[in-house]
Amino acid sequence: MEHIIPLFVAISLATAFLISLLGSKFKFFRTAFPVISSAALVILSVLSIFLVNNNGLMVYKMGGWIPPIGICMVLDGLSSFMLLTVNLVAFFIMIYSINYVKKYTDVYKYFGLLFLMLAGMNGVIITGDLFNLFVYLEVAAVSSYALVAFGTGRQELEASFKYMVMGTLASGLILLSIALMYSYTSTLNMADIGKSLANEGSSSVIIFISVMFIVGFGLKAALVPFHWWLPDAHPSAPAPISAMLSGVLIKALGVYAIIRIFYNVIGSNIYTSRILLVLGTLSMIVGVIFAIGQYDFKRLLAYHSISQIGYVILGIGLATPLGILGGLFHLFNHSIFKSLLFLNSGAVEYSTGTRDLKKMGGLNKKMPVTGNTSMIASMSIAGIPPFNGFWSKLLIIIACVEANEYIYGLFAVIGSVLTMASFMKVQKYAFLGKLKEKWKNIEEVPFGMKFSMICLALICVFGGLLLLPEISNLLLKEASNAVLIGKEYVNQVLGSV
Amino acid sequence: MINNRDSQGMSVIVKTITRLTIGLILLYGVYILLHGHITPGGGFAGGVIIALSFIHIMLAFGKNVALEKLNQTWSKIFESTGALLFITIAFLGFFGGVFFNNFLDKGEHFELFSAGTILLSNIAIFLKVGAGLFLLFVALVLFKIGGRK
Repeated sequence: MEHIIPLFVAISLATAFLISLLGSKFKFFRTAFPVISSAALVILSVLSIFLVNNNGLMVYKMGGWIPPIGICMVLDGLSSFMLLTVNLVAFFIMIYSINYVKKYTDVYKYFGLLFLMLAGMNGVIITGDLFNLFVYLEVAAVSSYALVAFGTGRQELEASFKYMVMGTLASGLILLSIALMYSYTSTLNMADIGKSLANEGSSSVIIFISVMFIVGFGLKAALVPFHWWLPDAHPSAPAPISAMLSGVLIKALGVYAIIRIFYNVIGSNIYTSRILLVLGTLSMIVGVIFAIGQYDFKRLLAYHSISQIGYVILGIGLATPLGILGGLFHLFNHSIFKSLLFLNSGAVEYSTGTRDLKKMGGLNKKMPVTGNTSMIASMSIAGIPPFNGFWSKLLIIIACVEANEYIYGLFAVIGSVLTMASFMKVQKYAFLGKLKEKWKNIEEVPFGMKFSMICLALICVFGGLLLLPEISNLLLKEASNAVLIGKEYVNQVLGSV
Repeated sequence: MINNRDSQGMSVIVKTITRLTIGLILLYGVYILLHGHITPGGGFAGGVIIALSFIHIMLAFGKNVALEKLNQTWSKIFESTGALLFITIAFLGFFGGVFFNNFLDKGEHFELFSAGTILLSNIAIFLKVGAGLFLLFVALVLFKIGGRK
């Protein structure tokens, strides 16, 4: 059964190249095939959760070479949780894309790039080698630059260029810190680095490396003050790609890498958690304040991504069991409702051709599915019970209070109120009120797009059930335990080879 | 043989020298590719050198002559096939028990046909890198700048 571990990367890569080889000739390879392939990835992710639950942490030796000499892949609770998040969102986005991308030429390139990005994200999550993490990160990042520019308009190209400059800066910092880490520890295997750091003890090099990792991955995760590329890059992409970028890419490349490196490899200390707390709170408040003034639907959502990532980082930075559980749960919830909101904005753009909230109005009457699912998603992101966003925000705020960090808890509440205000604005301008004369003849979007939106909305409604003890022990507890064991990760990986 | 029928490209001196050296460059690329597992080099270096021989034709004789030798459609097919071949070799490793396992007979040290799947992987990488590099160059050559509005 352990043989499913490399398949996450292999299946998505093979799909990407099959699509690019055959997609221009056969219609099957640009419609049904991506959906089948990503459905297979979802099934494998669910299998991996049960696998971790039965066997604990698993190490896969590529080509039979024993780490640290060979390259290994590591599957633990956190990896399987992230794999499920990424592949579930990707599956719904594939279904949505089939109808949405009809307006573009060279559709097969779109799906090929999307699967390359998926391969990169799955690789980042599953790998146990620091340099491989960088390579997969670049695979995902480079294909996302191309996807942001997929519309090839003036605005798209400018946003893509800006995104590429910032992304390359981040990658450069990450590569530099990996190089320094290699020169300090003489190994690239993450578990072996952890062991070597434990033997050598701390030094100023490690502090320098940590700072560069925080800046590099902070840029990838769009934490304030490294956020300013995101509000340009995410709205310019085609809507399903915005959903993918905001929903999972910034989490897989940014948040996941921060958690893995700072909790399991370097080992958490009071300074890094303090920095994460401050950065998280800043993002939470600054993101939402910028969001409130926006009238471009997708740009507003992009600013909210910054704000919600702040909640995740705040929960992670608390470093208490409840905080990490809440942070990870919010990560899952955010990927669901933010993708849903971006898909809603795509549906509105598909039918009306505009992203300007002031030009919309009363769309609920003509597009009931889009209107109602966006209402559910708005209430989730604003934290209204019983939707999933409420439970994760509640956990984070309770964790703040338990850890005696009342100020951060207060900021979390303020951020939530401001989020609700800005989504009331979205609902009022776009979906409620009187239908404008201009939109008398618009139609609801096709079935594939409706199907993905309804499914994501259902997950929003029933997402709170993940906290039930039986499901939580399987998924969220395993994930937060994988973070909480800290440097015990090193012994578990090296012990199982 | 490359014929010199149109006036595109560089001067006669460059064209003559190119005609003499082009085969040697191609051959050297193939050598680097096939000996990747026993001497420095391999699929990436061999692929780059082989792609350079085609780029050399393009620089000296103009894009039409080069694209007659290897057109974009075939380059695209070679590129995707290379990547798929590499993944297939990795999947075939399951016959040896593990993903990426070197399941073939390793043979004698320093023989040309030794080291199992390494030679096959090098060939796959050569297809991907060679065709990819050539396509990048073609994209740069064919790209036309649109008018500013």
